[in-house]
Amino acid sequence: MLNTANLSLEQAPPISIPLRFFLTAPLFGIAAALMMIWYGPEVMTSRWSPQTLALTHLLTLGFLALVMTGALLQILPVLAGIAVPRVVLVGNLVHPLLTVGTLGLVAGFLLGSTAWLKLAVVALGAGFAIYILAAAVALWRVELPNNTVAGMRMALLALAVTVLLGLSLGAGFAGWDTLIYPALYTNVHLTWGMLGWVMLLLIGVSFQVVPMFQVTPEYPKWIRSWLPRLLLVGLAIWTMLYVAAVNKPELASWSLVWLTIILVGYIAFAVITLRLQQQRRRKITDVTLMFWRIGITTIPISFLIWGIGRLFPTAMEQVDLDLLLGVCMIFGVAIPLLNGMLYKIVPFLSWFHLQNRQLATMCMTVQIPNMKQFLPDRSSKRQFWVYLLALVVTLLSVFAPALLVRPAGVLLALSFVLLGHNLLQVALRYREVSGELSEAVADGQEG
Amino acid sequence: MARITDTMAGDHRRCDLLFAEAEASVSDSNWDAGTAQFNEFHSAMEHHFSMEEGVLFPTFEEASGMTMGPTQMMRVEHTQMRQLFSDMAQAVEKQDRDAYLGLSETLMMIMQQHNMKEEQMLYPMTDRTFGGGADEVIEKMNAV
Ligand code: HEM
Repeated sequence: MLNTANLSLEQAPPISIPLRFFLTAPLFGIAAALMMIWYGPEVMTSRWSPQTLALTHLLTLGFLALVMTGALLQILPVLAGIAVPRVVLVGNLVHPLLTVGTLGLVAGFLLGSTAWLKLAVVALGAGFAIYILAAAVALWRVELPNNTVAGMRMALLALAVTVLLGLSLGAGFAGWDTLIYPALYTNVHLTWGMLGWVMLLLIGVSFQVVPMFQVTPEYPKWIRSWLPRLLLVGLAIWTMLYVAAVNKPELASWSLVWLTIILVGYIAFAVITLRLQQQRRRKITDVTLMFWRIGITTIPISFLIWGIGRLFPTAMEQVDLDLLLGVCMIFGVAIPLLNGMLYKIVPFLSWFHLQNRQLATMCMTVQIPNMKQFLPDRSSKRQFWVYLLALVVTLLSVFAPALLVRPAGVLLALSFVLLGHNLLQVALRYREVSGELSEAVADGQEG
Repeated sequence: MARITDTMAGDHRRCDLLFAEAEASVSDSNWDAGTAQFNEFHSAMEHHFSMEEGVLFPTFEEASGMTMGPTQMMRVEHTQMRQLFSDMAQAVEKQDRDAYLGLSETLMMIMQQHNMKEEQMLYPMTDRTFGGGADEVIEKMNAV
């Protein structure tokens, strides 16, 4: 009995692997919020200040990358039907390397220390190399790739581009010779990070999870098979135009027009997703859906503001459009989507592993809590409202940094503390019930 | 070439709709409708499991020689879901809304990840293994 019952877990890593990514990530969110409180308006006024770069990477690497890599190690077997090779080893290596690397990068920026930056480049380089290699082996082994797998492959390519550029930029800061012009490649780096990696992964995964979990119609077939490809090729063409514009300034406006065209593709995805969600047959509104609605709605709104502002520069002269877009993408799109996902995945994994063990040992005396007993709606909804308030104040702080960056920081800190607290409660409950199970099994064997 | 995949995925979607209706009624504390809809959903699921455990899995195991592979994993997950069904049936009986909704949320997660594995991996494997014989297997399943 024991062997067979554990089969369904065989492909998935032990729960401690994803959990450590998920429990560390909110700590980086808290650190980012504390930076906003400590440094105040500085972090929102110049794109290039070391504080801004440190804050950006606390969120993109510390929160987004940790959650997304941890989640992928877990859900690849489910979404793609294939296990990540050596998943325990990969998790054991990637988690500390990304954590230490992110801390090193942030320390390097803030202290202006090349030693820290060198450490960061080595650790992040190694961590991402291992992760990308393992995920690539799994994704390219899939024999009958569906649209989700195709989207995930493209997202992984985009991550590789992002990381290679990030490493070159970081190596430049660390005093190692790299050959490229920082300002130019920074924009390429962050575009591949946000529009490439984050958005392509979102799109690929949505094709599968939105219809299934919310019981909606499927995405239109042409969107599923063409959109991710077109976006990836579109980003590659934009990159060439953008880089070529260094020597041929007349190309600069073309690269801008082209980027705007690509944004239409993302807007189409968001609009279709919202339409599908309106047609969903599963009627109850849960907190994950509330987070997803915010995240998906922010995509068209922020892209439209940015596109209009770029194409008609006189209309919005006083606003720093790039900063506004960056804040929207990180705080308004990526963070809520992942926050919502965590509230499904962490309670589910806890239940799944425990119930599986219960069946394997036939130990029915211990009651396994269901997902909502692991995480009551009350707690997750409370965090949602705090997050929403934090988002609004953070967006407003772009317009009034002197007044609002610190209050935004306080609210964000609270939101990440509550998120971390909620996830930790689930993990502790898991440990408690797991202990009860072990005890009951031991008793059973004695008796 | 995707006869089994299409047929069985279609049945998954049918069960999803029944699930959603029952959940909505219970969420409104409409127990008359909710009880009937839960029962309908429950029997649709049991029927689906019987088609798999009674026909599809054994036929596939015989044809492919894989008895401890994916089909075994799917059976284990059926057991996990069956335990949730029986807990949900109790919640319906006691008209315990919160218990039902916590269980239905949990069921939805395991059910969908289970469906994904089947639709991504197992059903396409059966289609490839059976080839032209798929129609015959479907007929046998329809007789369940
Ligand atoms: C190996 C990992 C990474 C390293 C070493 C790295 C390094 C860097 C460096 C050195 C810069 C500053 C460039 C300059 O000022 O000229 C930068 C900018 C930026 N990076 Fe990364 N990065 C990494 C990963 C990422 C990822 C995964 C994302 C997002 C998904 C990201 C998003 C950004 C953004 C948005 C900026 C611009 C910040 C601003 O304009 O203030 N980075 N990165």
